[in-house]
Amino acid sequence: MTHEPGDEASRGGQPPIGDYAVIGDCRTMALVSKEGAIDWLCLPRFDGGSVFAALLDEERGGRFAVRPVGAFSSSRRYLTDTNVLETTFRTPHGVVRLTDLMPVHDPRRDGGRLQPDHEVLRRIECLEGEVEVEVMCDPRFDYGRRVPRSKEMGKLGIHFDGGADDLMLVADITLAPTGSGSGWRGAATLHGGEKRHVSLTSAWAEPTVVGELGEAADRRIDATAKWWRSWLQHCSYEGTYRDEVSRSMLTLKLLTYPASGAILAAGTTSLPEAVGAGRNWDYRYCWLRDASMTMEVLLHLGFAPEGEAFLGWLLHATRLTFPKLQVLYDVYGRTDRRESDLEHLAGYRGSRPVRVGNAASDQLQLDVYGEVIDAAWTFVDQGGSLDSAEARLIAGLGETVLRSWRQPDNGMWEVRGPRRHFTQSKAMCWVALDRLLRLQERGVLTLSRSRAVIEREMRAIRDAIESHGWNDRLGSYVAWFGGEDVDAALLLLGIEGYEDPGSERMRGTMRCVRDRLEIDGLLYRYGYDDHLPGREGAFGICEFWEAELLARQGRIDEAVRSFEHAADFANDVGLFSEEIDPESGELLGNLPQAFTHLGLVSAANQIARSRGRPPEHKARTPRTTEAETEDRPREAAVVPDGAAQP
Amino acid sequence: MNLMDVLVWGGIATVVMTAVLEGAMYVGWTRMSLPFILGTIFTGDRRKAAFLGAGIHLVNGYAFAFGYAAAFQSLHAASWWIGTLLGAAHATVVLVLMPYLPSVHPRMATEHDGPGARRALQPPGFFALNYGHRTPLFGLVSHLIYGAIIGTFYHVV
Repeated sequence: MTHEPGDEASRGGQPPIGDYAVIGDCRTMALVSKEGAIDWLCLPRFDGGSVFAALLDEERGGRFAVRPVGAFSSSRRYLTDTNVLETTFRTPHGVVRLTDLMPVHDPRRDGGRLQPDHEVLRRIECLEGEVEVEVMCDPRFDYGRRVPRSKEMGKLGIHFDGGADDLMLVADITLAPTGSGSGWRGAATLHGGEKRHVSLTSAWAEPTVVGELGEAADRRIDATAKWWRSWLQHCSYEGTYRDEVSRSMLTLKLLTYPASGAILAAGTTSLPEAVGAGRNWDYRYCWLRDASMTMEVLLHLGFAPEGEAFLGWLLHATRLTFPKLQVLYDVYGRTDRRESDLEHLAGYRGSRPVRVGNAASDQLQLDVYGEVIDAAWTFVDQGGSLDSAEARLIAGLGETVLRSWRQPDNGMWEVRGPRRHFTQSKAMCWVALDRLLRLQERGVLTLSRSRAVIEREMRAIRDAIESHGWNDRLGSYVAWFGGEDVDAALLLLGIEGYEDPGSERMRGTMRCVRDRLEIDGLLYRYGYDDHLPGREGAFGICEFWEAELLARQGRIDEAVRSFEHAADFANDVGLFSEEIDPESGELLGNLPQAFTHLGLVSAANQIARSRGRPPEHKARTPRTTEAETEDRPREAAVVPDGAAQP
Repeated sequence: MNLMDVLVWGGIATVVMTAVLEGAMYVGWTRMSLPFILGTIFTGDRRKAAFLGAGIHLVNGYAFAFGYAAAFQSLHAASWWIGTLLGAAHATVVLVLMPYLPSVHPRMATEHDGPGARRALQPPGFFALNYGHRTPLFGLVSHLIYGAIIGTFYHVV
């Protein structure tokens, strides 16, 4: 894929969301455009304040660019099985290659070297001809609210002092102040075979460690590529979609915070679901609604340590709100994520407001109980064990389900309107009780209620769903009891184990969802009024759910078509955001989106499993996995990150 | 010398001084993490450095408390203001010597040589201003508090 500069201007300033690729060190991440600009980076972790946020405001946000001077076209890829990005720029006078990464360090193999807390390392090499390249770095701390003091420190480079935050920029290109803000710029002409390095390191509340350039920088690039490859070697997927699954797993790993095991929903805030419509949310938190699918994917693809860490985070985080569950938590399980607007930022292509925090944290979503308990069941079913405190916690959540399942809730789509009896929420309450009984049968926990009582409640939930959540006229389950609308979450009834995926009711529901929500081979998540302006795009994961459900029904060819159609909407390096604009095919919403990538992996895995075997006619049965744990790469964290955070 | 007072109030003064500096770091007024700087003298492993440095910092706190006690004994008096004066002198010496730290710190880089395989830690610079422009202020305040605590509670024998 090529990209001509100037395209941005015709589109209104900022590049399309799909023009960005991600690099990261598992504690924070940066978005790199096709023009070699880092337009998003938060420090000291994913949900910290931004240092570069041109993505949300080109003037005030801050940017870090390395690119050729003058006209160029670009193409890019990730180095195979890594999160190391390689962008090739072609100019009239030659070709240069930019390698971008955030180095990951293994303390066992660092040879006693002190490593930076975070580093963005950029290497530019001239492959052919003669190319003038420029480096421009203009950081703005705290979402553009603070312009740092900057000064030159001899061979240590440029020091950007942002209070607790600190940056050191060192390059083997001479830099000078741009004259505006805190920006520094430099340029150099490279000839074939020449290369330069640029290192931006950061620290929070401690002196910064400066990145060494030259061969040492090359070694960090090689070591990081090796680290990612070594991690991905544990992936046991052997189906047709190896590239797509690998990219998705690498993206999920990049969004996994190693100090706690939490997996973020996405790495950005306020990339709009519809440009200019106010549908801009902060997704740099962990949603429990993803828990069950996350656990399935991790355990069934050979990532048992990550699965164990994730369950550990789930059960640790939820202790703070036990016996109730919140919709979302931060990476340490904190719940005070109040939403506020950053009025000073213009927003992506004028999409205001830019939000930090998320008001969905105050909502009630009953489905999350089923998600967490199903995740625990999957973990145990795959050979894991729970300690007594964890078992009591799971059993306690079951008590909350028994008390609460008759209440209306906000549903998994977090609709900001009146609470309703969402069918999928009720189904997940049924799943929660079903998994509790299974866990008790395994001797993992002891329930305070008798089996008869729980089975009676399960029958009551099922009766309620089958009578009020089913619409004879539509021949489909409906989004909420007594309603006439459907939503794509209903597909999960056949995936999460509430209903036989091949039953007439699931087939009818699938038809109705397709009839009502399909657009150009993609699915909206719902069609009803969500009390927000504008119309959002098609929801990325929903098409993958359909593919998975088709595979579970044994309709492999249709599943493959559905999967491949959805997979085609990934950007040039295989990344998905939350949504897709059905008209233009452009990505919408926060990027990269764990939920969509989870759906992709789950569907690909199901297609592989369903090939060559009869269709499922029962709820999911436990599966087996090869959970290798030896010689895994160490987690990326090199500091006790949780010890001192803003 | 009143050994018990040195052990009790030297420890308390060190903890309070550390808390003041940590608080200042938390709100972004300085990045002069003494435990980190001290720990990285001995190891490049951040986790070990933080733990080791905190221990060295505590030991240093006691060592200086002995020095303060010796000064009180020689003056035959101890009070908050004498302790504060000693703290001011202590802070001044520390801040003045800061630019020379790369000479003894094996992992600290210099502006002259740039980052190397072993030396990569940002140097403190004049009055440790590289660690934030308010660093001298909080370096001084924390030492004043340290001295005041020992001066107030130390009993000359």
